Amino acid sequence: MTTAATFEIEYRQYLDPDGHPIGKQLPAIARDLDHLVELYQLMSFTRVFDTKSIALQRTGKLGTYASCLGHEAAHAAIGSAMRPEDVLAPAYREYAAQFYRGVKPRDVLMYWGGDERGNDFSGPRHDFAWSVPIATQCLHAAGSALAFRIRGEQRVAVSVCGDGGSSKADFYAALNCGGAFELPLVLVVVNNQWAISVPRSRQTGARTLAQKGIAGGLHCLQVDGNDLIACREAMDQALERARSGGGASVIEMVTYRLHDHTTADDARRYRDDAEVKAAWQREPIGRLRAYLTRLGAWSDAREEAWKAQCEERVNEEVDAYLSTRAQPVEAMFDHLYGDVPLEIAQQRALAVAREVKHG
Amino acid sequence: MAEITLIEGVTQALAWEMRNDPSVVVLGEDVGVNGGVFRATVGLQEQFGPWRVIDTPLCETSIAGLTVGMACQGLKPVAEAQFEGFIYPMLEHLMCHAVRMRNRTRGRLTCPLVVRAPWGGGIRAPEHHSEANEALFANVPGLRIVIPSSPARAYGLLLAAIRDPDPVIFFEPKRIYRQYKEEVPDDGEALPLDVCFVLRDGRDVTLVSWGATIKETLEAADALEAEGISAEVIDVATIKPLDFDTIHESVAKTGRCVIVHEAPKNVGVGAEIAARLAEQAMYDLLAPVERVTGYDTHIPLFRLEMKYLPPVGRIVEAAKRTLAAS
Ligand SMILES: Cc1ncc(C[n+]2csc(CCOP(=O)(O)OP(=O)(O)O)c2C)c(N)n1
Ligand SMILES: [Mg+2]
Repeated sequence: MTTAATFEIEYRQYLDPDGHPIGKQLPAIARDLDHLVELYQLMSFTRVFDTKSIALQRTGKLGTYASCLGHEAAHAAIGSAMRPEDVLAPAYREYAAQFYRGVKPRDVLMYWGGDERGNDFSGPRHDFAWSVPIATQCLHAAGSALAFRIRGEQRVAVSVCGDGGSSKADFYAALNCGGAFELPLVLVVVNNQWAISVPRSRQTGARTLAQKGIAGGLHCLQVDGNDLIACREAMDQALERARSGGGASVIEMVTYRLHDHTTADDARRYRDDAEVKAAWQREPIGRLRAYLTRLGAWSDAREEAWKAQCEERVNEEVDAYLSTRAQPVEAMFDHLYGDVPLEIAQQRALAVAREVKHG
Repeated sequence: MAEITLIEGVTQALAWEMRNDPSVVVLGEDVGVNGGVFRATVGLQEQFGPWRVIDTPLCETSIAGLTVGMACQGLKPVAEAQFEGFIYPMLEHLMCHAVRMRNRTRGRLTCPLVVRAPWGGGIRAPEHHSEANEALFANVPGLRIVIPSSPARAYGLLLAAIRDPDPVIFFEPKRIYRQYKEEVPDDGEALPLDVCFVLRDGRDVTLVSWGATIKETLEAADALEAEGISAEVIDVATIKPLDFDTIHESVAKTGRCVIVHEAPKNVGVGAEIAARLAEQAMYDLLAPVERVTGYDTHIPLFRLEMKYLPPVGRIVEAAKRTLAAS
């Protein structure tokens, strides 16, 4: 027999669920304790924000909200590894990545609060807005990367989609283009085991989601998505490779969706509580805290102080969101075209007149 | 006999047809174990098993392409697009194949399929969950488009859609999924796919609508009646092919017509109705035809969406304008 091609997919993990290092060779990032503390703080801040957002939805002060509970390490690694000039094409729950890049919690709340101004966020102006149509953002990242190649810029485009998203034609097309054009592109698949009610096992016959990239000629890696160090090293390497002309990558970050799909969902209808309980044992924040505490970089006292600070900051953001008045009716006309056509201007005037008359 | 909601009408029709026709298969995202994100397919997988109620991978291209293949090979697939805003990846398979297969093969291969999708705004949902995009499909030859607005019409029209030998888009007005209940006998009786429903008789003005705005249109008729104006209300329901005769008959009687839809005005289905009135009912009209519609903008995120959707007041005003004109 002649073998035409073979492949292997590496699985990478540095911290076990209790925060103990696995193996002796930890990457340099594992010793950068100041930065790890910063990322730990980002992750725990994001969780406070997440808890608050769910509560806001439950009390009618927010629309449907997609929780990021359990995804904090994956998202923090993505956002912190990127440079400001890189482009992020998110799905809809990568808040920690966006916070690191400068998006404000109030922007996120505005968006889920039914206000387009949330998309006009304070983060990098070139980053994409939330992309609800699953995995379409993967091709927008590929197109961004193509633009960078054409102009010879040392920038990288990163998209994030889910395990479900990796089934979509857009994802396959993005990785194919990434390989065909050798694009400065990183396609991250945050595999949280569920696409609403459909388990990872129903999405594909492939052993890993990472290996889908093999078919496009990409660099592929699967990492423990609850291990910040593994996620961050994978991102650093893929970004560096892409930036230096080494081509595109797929990184599968294996984690778990600890909350319902969104606040409109009830996961008890389709998954076992035991599975969720077991997943809590592997969650990313406690793991990193244990690692940092053991090295003396974090403590219970700091934890308490930080939590209080998070509460305060999140409350400020919530207040800012809640006190933002709705846009006037003409807002729906004002951003439709660069050059407003006459008929739209006429409809706008009509809508304003109706508003004055009826309120 | 139990009273059911519009969405339960959908479920009841699917179950009836699956029990009575083994070639009917339901597929889509979250339709199986979860019973659909709106619960339209609840209980079906338990009854009919995972090969007749199929949770697909997350890919609308896959769902639509599989549906065409299954339909050509003798099944009657009923696919779900989770929301109307996610139907676009399906368009290639629907427009390039499903609607052309019969014509392309001179009838050798056909596509008896249904694509169901929750449709329309007003439920405070995120982006892409609130569109009224029926006009996009109304321009496609070979397609049927149905939008029921009551539990009984959901039941009878979905049965008809599944039994129809050609592709049918079945849009379900999600804002009124659970608005009210009515008795719907589970007798397998289908409704015709090309007849409008006259919901209320009137003399002075004809109000024409479909989908969730039937609610506001009926309320407008009540408001008009309180002022001594008698409005006839027609639920188009079968958008394509259009039963223009029923509309024409009504306008011949009233001489006035107000068309209400939540989709944008420009080239909306209302434009087709107005054009046919101009072509065929010009001399019956006592006043210009009025359209009360969404604006030619994207439906805003939910903080502003109720300013986009046509309210009762605008329908009443338009009706009065037609009366003032003559
Ligand atoms: C094209 C498209 N189809 C369907 C949906 C409805 N929907 C929203 S999220 C989701 C599941 C996504 O699962 P996954 O890609 O694993 O991401 P996760 O939400 O788990 O992060 C679905 C089906 C959508 N938003 N877009
Ligand atoms: Mg998922």
